[in-house]
Amino acid sequence: MVELKKGSGGHMPEILNAEQKILHLLQSVTDPEMPFISIVELGMVEEVKVKDSRIFVRLLPTFSGCPALDMIKGDVVQKVKNEIIKLDDSLDIQVEFSFNPPWTTDRISKDGRAKLKRNGITPPPSSHREDGAWEMDCPYCDSAYVTMDNIFGPTACRSILYCNECNNPFEAMKPVANIHEKVDVKW
Amino acid sequence: MTKENKYICELLYQLADDNFIHSYRGSEWLGLAPHIEEDVAFSSINQDTMGHAAMYYQLLEQLGEGEINDISHNRSTDDFRNAILLEQVNGPGNYLEEPEYDWAFTVVRHLLFAIFKSIRLESLKQSSYEPLRHAAVKIHSEQYYHLMHWKTWFYQLMSSTEEAREKMEAAIDHVWGEFEGVISLGKYSDEISHLKLIATEEELRSEWLKRIDHLFSEVNFSIEGKPGMLSGNGRNGEHTDDLAEALAVLTEVYTSDKEAVAW
Repeated sequence: MVELKKGSGGHMPEILNAEQKILHLLQSVTDPEMPFISIVELGMVEEVKVKDSRIFVRLLPTFSGCPALDMIKGDVVQKVKNEIIKLDDSLDIQVEFSFNPPWTTDRISKDGRAKLKRNGITPPPSSHREDGAWEMDCPYCDSAYVTMDNIFGPTACRSILYCNECNNPFEAMKPVANIHEKVDVKW
Repeated sequence: MTKENKYICELLYQLADDNFIHSYRGSEWLGLAPHIEEDVAFSSINQDTMGHAAMYYQLLEQLGEGEINDISHNRSTDDFRNAILLEQVNGPGNYLEEPEYDWAFTVVRHLLFAIFKSIRLESLKQSSYEPLRHAAVKIHSEQYYHLMHWKTWFYQLMSSTEEAREKMEAAIDHVWGEFEGVISLGKYSDEISHLKLIATEEELRSEWLKRIDHLFSEVNFSIEGKPGMLSGNGRNGEHTDDLAEALAVLTEVYTSDKEAVAW
């Protein structure tokens, strides 16, 4: 069990306290390819658990081939070590990526969406349309008069678009949803 | 190892190695694709595909097959279980010297494989092996965009100039002659399907043929006969020199100093 200093009462509040502290700390871990948004806002943090002298953090990768994953993992380990383990050096930290549940774009928080938009990246729609069509407005002028230039962009999770209203190129985050059913592919 | 795990591993190697070598062949187009936007798109697709391979290798690691980098980089050619179609070179020449790669072959190979990959993932989502179900859900959500990409190229080139059409039809002939090797589940096919790890070869084949028939009919094309396996069955460890050459390049850094590769 974790014994954070000055813990009062039983163990439960202390653990809760430690877990909340870690979660708070993870707000400062950002995606190196989008340094303005945290992994918490992106919805990548699935689980933070403190048990038997061990801190366990489970993260969900956005795209499976994302090269930023190792950097994010390293950043989590380092920040948690610096801040939490100095309170109790018997703690061990383990960070794991998992695909269950799969990360989907509806996990991005409201704050996260606002930050994406402020940085010229249209956030993905929070719900996925049955026919797979996207509605992506320009993040600068909100016009819907936009053209898709390339569904694949500078990173696995982004696409490149162009606004015909304000003549700005912009990016959009690819919608990722669970395609549960057998999909009859018609394009 | 239990008998059941043996067949799970056998299937996982097929899935992992298919994606691994397919991603590598795709990556050889970097800087050579028809235009700059295609370079960006294709790189992204290859990166995703390597991610898919890594997911399957990770499942193998969890089953005690060894450390993930070792599994992917330290096996001999005849331990690979990928389909031969996917290991074949992109065309004459090589990446560094006079690459005269065949774009029509690339488009056809990628699209026909992408369609098969979708069917395979739909089936894996119902696999009796739970970790495979989770991986399939994740991969399918990304693969959706790949399929869309290759369909766009296919429709455009099939309805472009006469020369384009000829090259595309020649590419379809080539891919057709090897595609049975992609559909094959290898010598343990019965065991793999009995365990309900994935649908049977027959089911996968018939669904694929149905979708291909639909695809071809949209561009006024049809093909006679069944898909073949001209160069052998990669699922049973049969491979061409193309795989040996690719693995030599892929593993060059890793094998040069194994101590140094401690990422």
